Amino acid sequence: MKVRTLPLVLLALLVAAPVYADRRSDAKEQVEFAITMANKGLWTEATMRWEKAVEIDPTYAAAWNNLGIAYEQQGKFEEANKSYNKAIQLDPNNQLIRQNYDLFREIYDRTKRRRDR
Amino acid sequence: MTVRSAVAIASLTLAVAASAACVSFYEIGIETPINAKLDTSPFQRVLVLGFVSGGSKDVDVNSETVRLLRSQLRTKSNLKVIDSDVVSLIDVVDKMKSNVGTPATAAATDTAPADVKKDDAKKEDVKSEKDLESYDSIFADVAYWKKLGEEYQNPLIVTGVVYFTDINKSGIVERPQEIYDNLGKRTVVSVRQWMDRKGYAIAPKFVFIDGRTGTQLYSDSYREETLYSSTQNTPALSSYFELMDRLVPGFLNTLSSQKIKSTRVLLK
Repeated sequence: MKVRTLPLVLLALLVAAPVYADRRSDAKEQVEFAITMANKGLWTEATMRWEKAVEIDPTYAAAWNNLGIAYEQQGKFEEANKSYNKAIQLDPNNQLIRQNYDLFREIYDRTKRRRDR
Repeated sequence: MTVRSAVAIASLTLAVAASAACVSFYEIGIETPINAKLDTSPFQRVLVLGFVSGGSKDVDVNSETVRLLRSQLRTKSNLKVIDSDVVSLIDVVDKMKSNVGTPATAAATDTAPADVKKDDAKKEDVKSEKDLESYDSIFADVAYWKKLGEEYQNPLIVTGVVYFTDINKSGIVERPQEIYDNLGKRTVVSVRQWMDRKGYAIAPKFVFIDGRTGTQLYSDSYREETLYSSTQNTPALSSYFELMDRLVPGFLNTLSSQKIKSTRVLLK
């Protein structure tokens, strides 16, 4: 049984790997273009591209991180919080994502406290 | 260590590490919009009337706070700031209490100007923040605020409580110390030391009242303190401004939207 399933698993991996690589490569294209847009101050376009990137590859932590930043820039705090959390969940050891999130939380908590009052 | 300084150190360390590892990241400046807490569109004018104040006798907290907030509002808000005499709300409340039986509004508005001088005498009685709480009832006196609102053509009224006091906080403080061994090699170690420290604390509560109805729209409380070595002689007024400087952005954000500038790291 084991001998029979092993080739099947290997075959599945062989088929899936290029698909995953393709997806990541497509998402990466969106992410890179979005970074250029954000650097030019075109945040709406950048946001759209990062949204597309996470749609193509929902496991792309960097895209979620960037999306969090874009939402923050637009004052969409709930969406930013969700995006940062998703990025941390996917890449818990990434200190740059953590750093972004900590800075965001300072502002988010302050505005949340105010709303709760 | 504050979150900001910790993040700054972490950022620097990461930048060095990341560049060594050829990680693609880009630092980008962002401006996070924070909406105003209050809709001030129904008002064209703002009246910073006066505060229930107490604590240190070295600073006329009521007058200084009114002066500071008026000047900030003049430059950083769209509202026209009304120039009026500074009112000591402690005197207003005391007069209201002594005139029980007479209409509160009449008694209170009679006292309005020129009571600031009496403020010093009143401060003698005010011992703690707890004492000031007994004056809080004034903010719920709709008739008093409505009367004032009518007098000044329905402005947004800014008032509240400001407690400013000197503090002493002795305790263990950690500080870096250089040590040289027999070979002259220098190392820095952390030394824990008992230190006498003194400083000031401020605890304001800003209350925003609708001059058209006399009702309270919003209130916000803050607390800040600053400590110095006991050998350092810092004037109370300078500490007052140092502490208020930290609070003013929050106060202004009640009335107008602000953008917080900071940086984030975009990843590839």
